[in-house]
Amino acid sequence: MDAVQVAIAERVAEQHRHHGKGQFFWVWGVLLVITAIEVYLGYQNMEPVRMLSILMGLSLIKAALIIGYFMHMKFELSRMKWITMCSLVFCLAMMCVFFPDAFRILHLGVR
Amino acid sequence: MADVAVQQSVAAAYEPSLFGTYSKKIGMWLFLLSDSLTFGALLYAYSYGRISTPNWPTPFHSSSIINATIMTAFLLTSSLTMVLAVRAAVFGNMRAVQGWLFATMACGIGFVVLHGREWSHLIAEGLTLPVFPSVPGAEANKEFVDVSKTVPQFAATFFGLTGMHMLHVTLGVVYLGVVALRKKFIPILLGLWLLAWLATPSYSPFHYGAHVLLLSAIVCSVILWLKPKVYDSSDIEVAGLYWHFVDLVWMFIFPLVYLMSTRIV
Repeated sequence: MDAVQVAIAERVAEQHRHHGKGQFFWVWGVLLVITAIEVYLGYQNMEPVRMLSILMGLSLIKAALIIGYFMHMKFELSRMKWITMCSLVFCLAMMCVFFPDAFRILHLGVR
Repeated sequence: MADVAVQQSVAAAYEPSLFGTYSKKIGMWLFLLSDSLTFGALLYAYSYGRISTPNWPTPFHSSSIINATIMTAFLLTSSLTMVLAVRAAVFGNMRAVQGWLFATMACGIGFVVLHGREWSHLIAEGLTLPVFPSVPGAEANKEFVDVSKTVPQFAATFFGLTGMHMLHVTLGVVYLGVVALRKKFIPILLGLWLLAWLATPSYSPFHYGAHVLLLSAIVCSVILWLKPKVYDSSDIEVAGLYWHFVDLVWMFIFPLVYLMSTRIV
Protein backbone atom coordinates (compact mmCIF):
# COMPACT_ATOMS: atom_id res chain seq x y z
CA MET A 1 0.00 0.00 0.00
CA ASP A 2 1.20 3.55 -0.64
CA ALA A 3 1.59 6.16 2.09
CA VAL A 4 -1.96 7.50 1.72
CA GLN A 5 -3.52 4.05 1.97
CA VAL A 6 -1.41 3.21 5.02
CA ALA A 7 -2.47 6.47 6.69
CA ILE A 8 -6.15 5.82 5.98
CA ALA A 9 -5.87 2.20 7.16
CA GLU A 10 -4.28 3.39 10.39
CA ARG A 11 -7.11 5.88 10.92
CA VAL A 12 -9.72 3.14 10.33
CA ALA A 13 -7.85 0.87 12.78
CA GLU A 14 -7.87 3.72 15.30
CA GLN A 15 -11.68 3.93 14.98
CA HIS A 16 -11.93 0.18 15.67
CA ARG A 17 -9.84 0.54 18.84
CA HIS A 18 -12.50 2.79 20.35
CA HIS A 19 -15.23 0.14 20.18
CA GLY A 20 -15.53 -2.18 23.15
CA LYS A 21 -15.83 -5.96 22.83
CA GLY A 22 -19.11 -5.92 24.76
CA GLN A 23 -21.20 -4.50 21.93
CA PHE A 24 -20.25 -7.41 19.66
CA PHE A 25 -21.39 -9.97 22.25
CA TRP A 26 -24.57 -7.98 22.72
CA VAL A 27 -25.29 -7.99 18.96
CA TRP A 28 -24.49 -11.71 18.76
CA GLY A 29 -26.96 -12.40 21.60
CA VAL A 30 -29.72 -10.37 19.92
CA LEU A 31 -29.12 -12.21 16.62
CA LEU A 32 -29.45 -15.58 18.38
CA VAL A 33 -32.65 -14.48 20.15
CA ILE A 34 -34.19 -13.27 16.87
CA THR A 35 -33.25 -16.61 15.27
CA ALA A 36 -35.02 -18.45 18.12
CA ILE A 37 -38.12 -16.28 17.58
CA GLU A 38 -38.04 -17.09 13.85
CA VAL A 39 -37.86 -20.83 14.52
CA TYR A 40 -40.78 -20.53 16.98
CA LEU A 41 -42.82 -18.66 14.34
CA GLY A 42 -41.96 -21.34 11.78
CA TYR A 43 -44.08 -23.78 13.79
CA GLN A 44 -47.08 -21.48 14.13
CA ASN A 45 -49.81 -22.30 11.66
CA MET A 46 -49.86 -18.82 10.16
CA GLU A 47 -51.08 -17.62 6.79
CA PRO A 48 -47.99 -17.74 4.46
CA VAL A 49 -48.03 -14.05 3.42
CA ARG A 50 -48.30 -12.89 7.05
CA MET A 51 -45.61 -15.31 8.14
CA LEU A 52 -43.37 -14.20 5.25
CA SER A 53 -43.82 -10.52 6.19
CA ILE A 54 -42.87 -11.15 9.84
CA LEU A 55 -39.89 -13.38 8.96
CA MET A 56 -38.57 -10.91 6.38
CA GLY A 57 -39.00 -8.06 8.87
CA LEU A 58 -36.94 -9.98 11.45
CA SER A 59 -34.34 -10.87 8.80
CA LEU A 60 -34.00 -7.20 7.89
CA ILE A 61 -33.34 -6.36 11.56
CA LYS A 62 -30.67 -9.09 11.65
CA ALA A 63 -29.16 -7.81 8.39
CA ALA A 64 -29.06 -4.26 9.77
CA LEU A 65 -27.28 -5.45 12.93
CA ILE A 66 -24.72 -7.46 10.94
CA ILE A 67 -24.03 -4.66 8.45
CA GLY A 68 -24.04 -1.93 11.10
CA TYR A 69 -21.91 -3.53 13.82
CA PHE A 70 -20.06 -6.56 12.42
CA MET A 71 -19.35 -4.96 9.03
CA HIS A 72 -18.67 -1.64 10.76
CA MET A 73 -20.99 0.35 8.47
CA LYS A 74 -22.51 2.24 11.42
CA PHE A 75 -19.15 3.92 11.96
CA GLU A 76 -18.36 4.78 8.33
CA LEU A 77 -18.82 8.24 6.81
CA SER A 78 -22.46 9.00 5.95
CA ARG A 79 -21.44 9.34 2.30
CA MET A 80 -20.26 5.73 2.29
CA LYS A 81 -23.36 4.54 4.17
CA TRP A 82 -25.88 6.25 1.90
CA ILE A 83 -24.24 5.51 -1.44
CA THR A 84 -23.68 1.80 -0.81
CA MET A 85 -26.95 1.07 0.96
CA CYS A 86 -29.17 3.14 -1.36
CA SER A 87 -27.69 1.58 -4.49
CA LEU A 88 -28.15 -1.91 -3.02
CA VAL A 89 -31.75 -1.33 -1.95
CA PHE A 90 -32.59 0.30 -5.30
CA CYS A 91 -31.15 -2.58 -7.35
CA LEU A 92 -32.85 -5.22 -5.20
CA ALA A 93 -36.16 -3.33 -5.26
CA MET A 94 -36.02 -3.25 -9.07
CA MET A 95 -36.24 -7.04 -9.07
CA CYS A 96 -39.72 -6.79 -7.49
CA VAL A 97 -40.97 -6.03 -11.01
CA PHE A 98 -41.28 -9.82 -11.52
CA PHE A 99 -43.73 -10.44 -8.68
CA PRO A 100 -46.93 -9.25 -10.40
CA ASP A 101 -46.28 -11.93 -13.01
CA ALA A 102 -46.01 -14.58 -10.29
CA PHE A 103 -49.39 -13.45 -8.87
CA ARG A 104 -50.87 -13.52 -12.41
CA ILE A 105 -49.83 -17.15 -12.81
CA LEU A 106 -51.27 -17.96 -9.39
CA HIS A 107 -54.64 -16.36 -10.15
CA LEU A 108 -55.04 -17.08 -13.85
CA GLY A 109 -52.90 -20.16 -14.45
CA VAL A 110 -50.04 -20.39 -16.96
CA ARG A 111 -51.06 -19.08 -20.43
CA MET B 1 8.56 15.66 -18.74
CA ALA B 2 10.45 14.83 -15.60
CA ASP B 3 9.19 18.06 -14.01
CA VAL B 4 5.56 16.96 -14.17
CA ALA B 5 6.05 13.34 -13.11
CA VAL B 6 3.68 12.28 -10.31
CA GLN B 7 5.41 11.81 -6.99
CA GLN B 8 3.91 8.44 -5.98
CA SER B 9 5.37 8.51 -2.52
CA VAL B 10 4.13 11.97 -1.54
CA ALA B 11 0.88 11.58 0.37
CA ALA B 12 -0.02 15.25 0.04
CA ALA B 13 -0.13 14.94 -3.77
CA TYR B 14 -3.41 13.00 -3.51
CA GLU B 15 -6.89 14.08 -2.59
CA PRO B 16 -8.35 12.45 0.53
CA SER B 17 -10.50 9.37 0.01
CA LEU B 18 -14.09 10.24 -0.89
CA PHE B 19 -15.41 7.49 1.38
CA GLY B 20 -12.92 8.04 4.19
CA THR B 21 -11.51 4.55 3.94
CA TYR B 22 -8.84 2.64 2.05
CA SER B 23 -9.22 1.30 -1.51
CA LYS B 24 -9.15 -2.41 -0.60
CA LYS B 25 -12.17 -2.00 1.63
CA ILE B 26 -14.09 -0.04 -1.02
CA GLY B 27 -13.16 -2.73 -3.55
CA MET B 28 -14.53 -5.44 -1.27
CA TRP B 29 -17.74 -3.47 -0.67
CA LEU B 30 -18.22 -3.14 -4.45
CA PHE B 31 -17.71 -6.88 -4.87
CA LEU B 32 -20.18 -7.59 -2.06
CA LEU B 33 -22.76 -5.28 -3.64
CA SER B 34 -22.49 -7.16 -6.92
CA ASP B 35 -22.58 -10.53 -5.13
CA SER B 36 -25.67 -9.48 -3.20
CA LEU B 37 -27.40 -9.00 -6.54
CA THR B 38 -26.46 -12.58 -7.48
CA PHE B 39 -28.03 -13.89 -4.28
CA GLY B 40 -30.87 -11.38 -4.63
CA ALA B 41 -31.70 -12.82 -8.06
CA LEU B 42 -31.65 -16.37 -6.67
CA LEU B 43 -33.84 -15.44 -3.70
CA TYR B 44 -36.27 -13.59 -5.97
CA ALA B 45 -36.40 -16.62 -8.29
CA TYR B 46 -37.19 -18.81 -5.29
CA SER B 47 -39.90 -16.40 -4.09
CA TYR B 48 -41.35 -16.19 -7.63
CA GLY B 49 -41.67 -19.97 -7.71
CA ARG B 50 -43.14 -19.98 -4.21
CA ILE B 51 -45.84 -17.43 -5.09
CA SER B 52 -46.78 -18.89 -8.47
CA THR B 53 -47.03 -22.51 -7.27
CA PRO B 54 -50.16 -23.13 -5.19
CA ASN B 55 -49.10 -26.62 -4.04
CA TRP B 56 -45.62 -25.57 -2.85
CA PRO B 57 -44.24 -28.46 -0.78
CA THR B 58 -43.39 -28.20 2.92
CA PRO B 59 -41.02 -31.15 3.22
CA PHE B 60 -38.80 -30.01 6.09
CA HIS B 61 -39.45 -32.05 9.22
CA SER B 62 -38.17 -30.97 12.62
CA SER B 63 -34.84 -32.78 12.10
CA SER B 64 -34.08 -30.53 9.10
CA ILE B 65 -35.17 -27.40 10.97
CA ILE B 66 -33.04 -28.31 14.02
CA ASN B 67 -30.08 -28.96 11.71
CA ALA B 68 -30.56 -25.62 9.92
CA THR B 69 -30.92 -23.81 13.26
CA ILE B 70 -27.60 -25.26 14.48
CA MET B 71 -26.05 -24.22 11.15
CA THR B 72 -27.37 -20.68 11.71
CA ALA B 73 -25.88 -20.62 15.22
CA PHE B 74 -22.53 -21.75 13.75
CA LEU B 75 -22.56 -18.87 11.25
CA LEU B 76 -23.60 -16.25 13.81
CA THR B 77 -20.88 -17.44 16.17
CA SER B 78 -18.36 -17.37 13.33
CA SER B 79 -19.26 -13.72 12.70
CA LEU B 80 -18.58 -12.94 16.36
CA THR B 81 -15.19 -14.68 16.26
CA MET B 82 -14.38 -12.89 12.98
CA VAL B 83 -15.13 -9.47 14.44
CA LEU B 84 -12.95 -10.38 17.44
CA ALA B 85 -10.16 -11.31 15.00
CA VAL B 86 -10.45 -7.87 13.37
CA ARG B 87 -10.36 -6.25 16.80
CA ALA B 88 -7.27 -8.24 17.80
CA ALA B 89 -5.63 -7.23 14.49
CA VAL B 90 -6.08 -3.49 15.07
CA PHE B 91 -4.43 -3.92 18.48
CA GLY B 92 -1.56 -5.77 16.78
CA ASN B 93 -2.13 -9.00 18.71
CA MET B 94 -1.37 -11.38 15.83
CA ARG B 95 -1.44 -14.50 18.00
CA ALA B 96 -5.03 -13.76 19.03
CA VAL B 97 -5.87 -12.96 15.39
CA GLN B 98 -4.77 -16.45 14.36
CA GLY B 99 -6.78 -18.03 17.17
CA TRP B 100 -9.97 -16.16 16.30
CA LEU B 101 -9.49 -16.87 12.58
CA PHE B 102 -9.12 -20.59 13.35
CA ALA B 103 -12.30 -20.45 15.45
CA THR B 104 -14.12 -18.75 12.54
CA MET B 105 -12.84 -21.39 10.12
CA ALA B 106 -13.93 -24.17 12.48
CA CYS B 107 -17.46 -22.74 12.61
CA GLY B 108 -17.46 -22.42 8.80
CA ILE B 109 -16.31 -26.02 8.37
CA GLY B 110 -18.96 -27.13 10.88
CA PHE B 111 -21.58 -25.33 8.80
CA VAL B 112 -20.44 -26.96 5.55
CA VAL B 113 -20.28 -30.43 7.10
CA LEU B 114 -23.80 -30.14 8.58
CA HIS B 115 -25.12 -28.78 5.31
CA GLY B 116 -23.42 -31.53 3.30
CA ARG B 117 -24.87 -34.16 5.64
CA GLU B 118 -28.34 -32.70 5.16
CA TRP B 119 -27.97 -32.62 1.36
CA SER B 120 -26.84 -36.26 1.33
CA HIS B 121 -29.78 -37.23 3.53
CA LEU B 122 -32.31 -35.42 1.31
CA ILE B 123 -30.82 -36.85 -1.91
CA ALA B 124 -30.89 -40.39 -0.50
CA GLU B 125 -34.54 -39.90 0.46
CA GLY B 126 -35.48 -38.85 -3.09
CA LEU B 127 -35.41 -35.04 -3.04
CA THR B 128 -32.92 -34.77 -5.87
CA LEU B 129 -32.05 -33.22 -9.21
CA PRO B 130 -31.79 -35.15 -12.50
CA VAL B 131 -28.05 -34.32 -12.65
CA PHE B 132 -27.36 -36.08 -9.34
CA PRO B 133 -26.61 -39.82 -9.67
CA SER B 134 -29.05 -42.08 -7.82
CA VAL B 135 -27.95 -43.43 -4.47
CA PRO B 136 -27.52 -47.24 -4.68
CA GLY B 137 -29.49 -49.18 -2.08
CA ALA B 138 -31.20 -46.13 -0.60
CA GLU B 139 -34.86 -46.38 0.32
CA ALA B 140 -36.63 -43.38 -1.21
CA ASN B 141 -39.26 -41.53 0.78
CA LYS B 142 -42.50 -41.30 -1.25
CA GLU B 143 -43.12 -37.74 -0.03
CA PHE B 144 -39.76 -36.49 -1.33
CA VAL B 145 -40.04 -38.41 -4.63
CA ASP B 146 -43.47 -36.81 -5.21
CA VAL B 147 -42.04 -33.36 -4.50
CA SER B 148 -39.25 -33.90 -7.04
CA LYS B 149 -41.77 -35.02 -9.67
CA THR B 150 -44.69 -32.65 -9.11
CA VAL B 151 -42.82 -29.44 -8.16
CA PRO B 152 -39.37 -29.85 -9.74
CA GLN B 153 -38.63 -26.13 -9.20
CA PHE B 154 -38.51 -26.76 -5.43
CA ALA B 155 -35.45 -29.03 -5.64
CA ALA B 156 -33.90 -26.87 -8.37
CA THR B 157 -34.16 -23.65 -6.38
CA PHE B 158 -33.29 -25.33 -3.07
CA PHE B 159 -30.10 -26.96 -4.34
CA GLY B 160 -29.20 -23.94 -6.50
CA LEU B 161 -29.56 -21.41 -3.72
CA THR B 162 -28.06 -23.41 -0.86
CA GLY B 163 -25.33 -24.82 -3.14
CA MET B 164 -24.26 -21.32 -4.16
CA HIS B 165 -24.15 -20.29 -0.51
CA MET B 166 -22.20 -23.42 0.50
CA LEU B 167 -19.66 -22.60 -2.22
CA HIS B 168 -19.28 -19.09 -0.78
CA VAL B 169 -18.76 -20.46 2.75
CA THR B 170 -16.16 -22.96 1.48
CA LEU B 171 -14.26 -20.24 -0.38
CA GLY B 172 -14.54 -18.04 2.71
CA VAL B 173 -12.85 -20.73 4.82
CA VAL B 174 -10.07 -20.96 2.21
CA TYR B 175 -9.72 -17.15 2.19
CA LEU B 176 -9.40 -17.01 5.99
CA GLY B 177 -6.95 -19.94 5.94
CA VAL B 178 -4.70 -18.09 3.49
CA VAL B 179 -4.90 -14.88 5.54
CA ALA B 180 -4.10 -16.77 8.77
CA LEU B 181 -1.37 -19.12 7.55
CA ARG B 182 -0.35 -17.91 4.08
CA LYS B 183 1.81 -20.53 2.26
CA LYS B 184 1.51 -22.99 5.14
CA PHE B 185 -2.21 -23.32 4.39
CA ILE B 186 -1.68 -24.79 0.88
CA PRO B 187 -0.66 -28.31 2.07
CA ILE B 188 -3.55 -28.24 4.59
CA LEU B 189 -5.92 -27.31 1.76
CA LEU B 190 -4.62 -30.14 -0.39
CA GLY B 191 -5.08 -32.50 2.56
CA LEU B 192 -8.67 -31.31 2.98
CA TRP B 193 -9.27 -31.84 -0.73
CA LEU B 194 -7.97 -35.42 -0.56
CA LEU B 195 -10.00 -36.10 2.56
CA ALA B 196 -13.20 -34.72 1.03
CA TRP B 197 -12.62 -36.56 -2.25
CA LEU B 198 -11.75 -39.93 -0.74
CA ALA B 199 -14.26 -39.83 2.10
CA THR B 200 -17.29 -39.20 -0.13
CA PRO B 201 -18.79 -42.01 -2.25
CA SER B 202 -18.57 -41.67 -6.04
CA TYR B 203 -22.34 -41.05 -6.41
CA SER B 204 -22.27 -38.07 -4.02
CA PRO B 205 -22.26 -34.57 -5.57
CA PHE B 206 -19.56 -33.70 -3.01
CA HIS B 207 -17.20 -36.28 -4.57
CA TYR B 208 -16.81 -33.94 -7.55
CA GLY B 209 -17.58 -30.77 -5.59
CA ALA B 210 -14.44 -31.44 -3.51
CA HIS B 211 -12.37 -30.43 -6.54
CA VAL B 212 -13.28 -26.81 -5.69
CA LEU B 213 -10.65 -27.19 -2.93
CA LEU B 214 -8.03 -28.38 -5.43
CA LEU B 215 -8.83 -25.48 -7.73
CA SER B 216 -8.62 -23.01 -4.84
CA ALA B 217 -5.26 -24.52 -3.79
CA ILE B 218 -3.91 -23.87 -7.30
CA VAL B 219 -5.29 -20.31 -7.44
CA CYS B 220 -4.03 -19.49 -3.91
CA SER B 221 -0.58 -20.91 -4.72
CA VAL B 222 -0.34 -18.68 -7.79
CA ILE B 223 -1.49 -15.60 -5.83
CA LEU B 224 0.90 -16.28 -2.92
CA TRP B 225 3.76 -16.92 -5.37
CA LEU B 226 3.09 -13.75 -7.36
CA LYS B 227 2.46 -11.49 -4.39
CA PRO B 228 3.92 -12.85 -1.15
CA LYS B 229 3.13 -10.53 1.76
CA VAL B 230 2.37 -10.37 5.46
CA TYR B 231 -1.32 -9.67 5.92
CA ASP B 232 -2.04 -6.66 8.14
CA SER B 233 -5.13 -5.44 9.99
CA SER B 234 -6.66 -3.96 6.82
CA ASP B 235 -6.46 -7.38 5.09
CA ILE B 236 -8.09 -9.03 8.11
CA GLU B 237 -10.87 -6.44 8.05
CA VAL B 238 -11.49 -6.93 4.32
CA ALA B 239 -11.59 -10.72 4.79
CA GLY B 240 -14.02 -10.12 7.65
CA LEU B 241 -16.35 -8.13 5.39
CA TYR B 242 -16.57 -11.12 3.04
CA TRP B 243 -17.23 -13.51 5.91
CA HIS B 244 -19.99 -11.34 7.43
CA PHE B 245 -21.61 -11.09 4.02
CA VAL B 246 -21.83 -14.89 3.81
CA ASP B 247 -23.49 -14.86 7.24
CA LEU B 248 -25.83 -12.06 6.14
CA VAL B 249 -27.07 -13.97 3.08
CA TRP B 250 -27.89 -17.00 5.24
CA MET B 251 -30.12 -14.77 7.40
CA PHE B 252 -32.46 -14.59 4.39
CA ILE B 253 -32.03 -18.14 3.09
CA PHE B 254 -32.84 -19.73 6.45
CA PRO B 255 -36.35 -18.23 6.91
CA LEU B 256 -37.25 -18.21 3.21
CA VAL B 257 -36.15 -21.72 2.29
CA TYR B 258 -36.42 -23.64 5.56
CA LEU B 259 -38.90 -21.95 7.88
CA MET B 260 -41.41 -21.19 5.10
CA SER B 261 -41.31 -24.89 4.12
CA THR B 262 -41.65 -26.38 7.59
CA ARG B 263 -43.85 -29.46 7.90
CA ILE B 264 -46.19 -28.76 10.83
CA VAL B 265 -47.72 -31.97 12.22
